[in-house]
Amino acid sequence: MMLSDRRPILLANARIVDPSRDFDMVGDLLIADGVIREAKKGIGAAGVPEGTDVIDCRGKLIAPGLIDMRAFVGEPGAGYRETFASASQAAAAGGVTTIVCQPNTSPVIDDPATVDFVLRRARDTAIVHVHPMAALTKDLEGKEMTEIGLLKAAGAVAFTDGDKSVTNAQVMRRALEYAGDFDALIVHHTEDPDLIGDGVMNEGEFGARLGLLGIPKAAETIMLERDLRLAELTGGRYHAGQISCRASLNIIHGAKARGLPVTCGVSINHLTLNENDIGHYRTFFKMRPPLRSEDDRRAMVEGIASGDIDVIVSAHDPQDADGKRRPFAEAADGAIGVETLLSVALRLYHDGSVDLVTLLRALTANPARLLELPSGRLAKGAPADLVLIDLNTPFVVRPELLRTRSKNTPFDEARLQGRALMTLVAGRPVYNCSDGRGD
Amino acid sequence: MLRDPSICAGCRPLWIGKPRTVREPALPQAKLAPIELALMNIAPKSSFVLSRRHLLGIEGLSREEISGLLDLGEEFVELNRQIEKKRTSLRGRTQVNLFFEVSTRTQASFELAGKRLGADVMNMSSASSSIRKGETLIDTAITLNAMHPDILVVRHQSSGAVELLASKLDGCSVINAGDGAHEHPTQALLDALTIRRNCGHIEGLLVVICGDILHSRVARSNIFLLNTMGARVRVVAPSTLLPPGIERFGVEVARDMREGLNGADIVMMLRLQRERMNGSYVPSVGEYFHYYGLDEKKLSYAKPGALVMHPGPMNRGVEIDSIVADGAQSVIREQVEMGVAVRMAVLEALSRNLPNA
Repeated sequence: MMLSDRRPILLANARIVDPSRDFDMVGDLLIADGVIREAKKGIGAAGVPEGTDVIDCRGKLIAPGLIDMRAFVGEPGAGYRETFASASQAAAAGGVTTIVCQPNTSPVIDDPATVDFVLRRARDTAIVHVHPMAALTKDLEGKEMTEIGLLKAAGAVAFTDGDKSVTNAQVMRRALEYAGDFDALIVHHTEDPDLIGDGVMNEGEFGARLGLLGIPKAAETIMLERDLRLAELTGGRYHAGQISCRASLNIIHGAKARGLPVTCGVSINHLTLNENDIGHYRTFFKMRPPLRSEDDRRAMVEGIASGDIDVIVSAHDPQDADGKRRPFAEAADGAIGVETLLSVALRLYHDGSVDLVTLLRALTANPARLLELPSGRLAKGAPADLVLIDLNTPFVVRPELLRTRSKNTPFDEARLQGRALMTLVAGRPVYNCSDGRGD
Repeated sequence: MLRDPSICAGCRPLWIGKPRTVREPALPQAKLAPIELALMNIAPKSSFVLSRRHLLGIEGLSREEISGLLDLGEEFVELNRQIEKKRTSLRGRTQVNLFFEVSTRTQASFELAGKRLGADVMNMSSASSSIRKGETLIDTAITLNAMHPDILVVRHQSSGAVELLASKLDGCSVINAGDGAHEHPTQALLDALTIRRNCGHIEGLLVVICGDILHSRVARSNIFLLNTMGARVRVVAPSTLLPPGIERFGVEVARDMREGLNGADIVMMLRLQRERMNGSYVPSVGEYFHYYGLDEKKLSYAKPGALVMHPGPMNRGVEIDSIVADGAQSVIREQVEMGVAVRMAVLEALSRNLPNA
C-alpha cells in the first residue's frame, strides 16, 4: 500500500507522552500521510477527515517510537548473526522505530559507498528506519580518520569505532577538531585496551572467586577523562557510547557542570543487571564494558533519573550459539536487546526509580536530538513513528519467540511488565501485538 | 625414619598408636596366602559416599564431606604401600582423562588411581584431540557422551570449562582436575591429607600460601578447604599477584615473607609461570627469588619444624631453594604419594553414586 493511498488514523483516548516537550495527558492523536497532524485533547471522531480509521486506545500509552542508538546488525558480512530484516522485525516488536547500526561490520562502514549500500539494503529489507554510524578511523585501526564530511553527507549519523577505543590521543584530537567543522557527532567506546589486558569481567571479589581476570573501572574512566580533556580542547561534539560505573557518572556530571558539549549513553544491561548475574560462568552476561557492581548499576539508574546520562541503548549484539557456548573467557562478548529494550526499561518505571517521561526521553527525544533526527517526538508535523504501549501487561521473555536471528539474551525467562501493543513507522503499522505470534 | 608428629609445631598428635611412616617405602611384605590376598580386596572399611554426581570444586563441600574423603584416602595410602594394590570397585567402569592442558603428573596420578580401582582408563590430551582442530567443548562433550564413559577427569585452561562440560553430559561423573584459575579440588584434598597425616589435624593450624595467588587454582581450592576445616590461612605475594578482594576470602594478607611466615605451621609455595616473571607481574626471577623465594633464611621465620609444601612442578631457584625443597621439613614428595590415594578416594566415593553401583 502506498503511503498516499492510506487513510488517516485517529488514535483516540490515549495517554500521550511526548518527552520532547514534557507532555503527558490523555487525548487523541491524528495521523495522515505518515505525519502527526494533531496531538491534543478532544479532537474526537467528529474532528477528523472522512474515512479516518479510529482506534480506541482505552487509556493505553502512546509514546514516540524508540530510537536505539547502538545496535549491531550483521550486514554486511555477518548476516548469519543478524540481518536488517530480522533486526528491524525485532525492533518493531519492541516498539523501536529507528535503529542506528554500527560500523564494525565486514567490510567496515568507512567509505560513502558502504554507507550507501547499508541505506539501500535497509530500505529494501527493513521495516523500521535504519541509520548507520560510520567508522571514525579507517578500518577501525585508530590511525587515520575517515572521510567525515562525505560520510555525513552520504547519511552517516555519527562516527564511532564501534567497540574499539582510539588509543592514540593525537588521532582523537584531530578527529574531534575536524568533525567539529561538520558538526558531526563522535561516539566513543571508552575502554583502554591495555588496562583490559586479559580481563573478561568486572575486576573484584566475585571475579576473583570465579578465577576470571578482571577489567578495572579505571580502564573506562581513564579513557573517558582523556576524551573529555580533548573535547574541551577542540570543542567537538562528543558522546561516550556506554558508561558502566559510578566513577564515570561523576566524571560526566563534572564535565556537564563545566558546560562541555558532551553526552553519554548507557546500555539497558548496565541499568538492570550486575556482575553477580554471571553466576556460574553464564556467557550471555559477558559483554563490554563488563557488568559492574550493584552500586554501579544503581549509579546508572540515578544518572538516567538526573539526566546526566542522556541515552539508553540496547547495545544489541547478536552472537550465534558457537560464539557463546564456550568457556567464559573464550566466549564472544555481547547480548541482544533491541526487542526487549522497552519492556526491560519499564522495570525502572515500575520499581519507582525513574519517572516515565524521563525514562522515555532517554529512549526517544534525547537520541533524536543528538543524531539530528526529526522523530522522537509527538508534535504536530513530526513523522508518525510511534508506539502504543500497555504499561502493565505481563511478558515472559522466551528466546525461541524472539525475532532476532541470534538468541543470546540475558533476559531469558525474565518476567517483565509492559510491552508494545502496536508500532507505527511513518504512519504505517509495522507491528501489531494482536496479530503477532502468540507470545 | 619415622616422622615425629610433635616437630610440627603447634600440632598435637591426635591419633592413638604408633605414628605413621611417611617417608619410607612400605615394609617388604611377607608372602601372602591367596586367602589373605582375597581379604585385601574387599571394600574399604569406610563406607563414605559423596552424595553428589560431580566433584567440580571444593567450594560448597561440607566439612563432613572433606573429612570423609580424607578418611577414605587414608585407607588407600595403606593399600598403595602393599604389593597387591588392586581393588575391583571400578571394575567394568570406563574412566576418561581429558586433558586440554598438558599435565604429566596429575594425569599419571589419576590414571594410576583409576587403574588400581579396576577401571578401564583412557587418556585424551589436547595434542592428540580435535580441540586443536577447532572443535568446541560442547561438541567434545556430545562426542564423549556417546561413548558412555562412567567417569570423566577433565583439565582445562579456562575457568568454568569443566562445569560447562559437566552440564552437557548425562550419566557420568565429572572430576575437575584443574580449570583455569578457578579450582583444583583434588590438589587441595591431597594437601589436606598430607597436613593431617603430619600434624594429626587441620583445625587451628596457620597455613601460609605464598606466590602467584592471582592465577592459582591451587590457592583458591586450598583457601576454600582450609577455611571449611577451620584452619587459619594467610597469603603472601607481591600486590601484582594478589586477586582483587582477596581480603574478603577469609584470609590474612601479607606482602612480605618475614611478616607473612611469622608463626606458620605450614608453608605452601606456588609455582610462578615463566611468562609472568619478566617484567609483566614481577621484574625478574632474581628479584622474585630475593623477596619471595623460600630459602632457609625465610623458612626460619616460620615456626620451627613447619612443613614445606609445593604442588609441583617446582621452579627450583625461582620460588623455592633446592635446599629447602629437599630438606627435612619438606613433604613435597609425600604430597605426590597422597595424590594417588586421594584421587582413588574421590573416584571410589563418586563411583558409589553411579547408576547401578
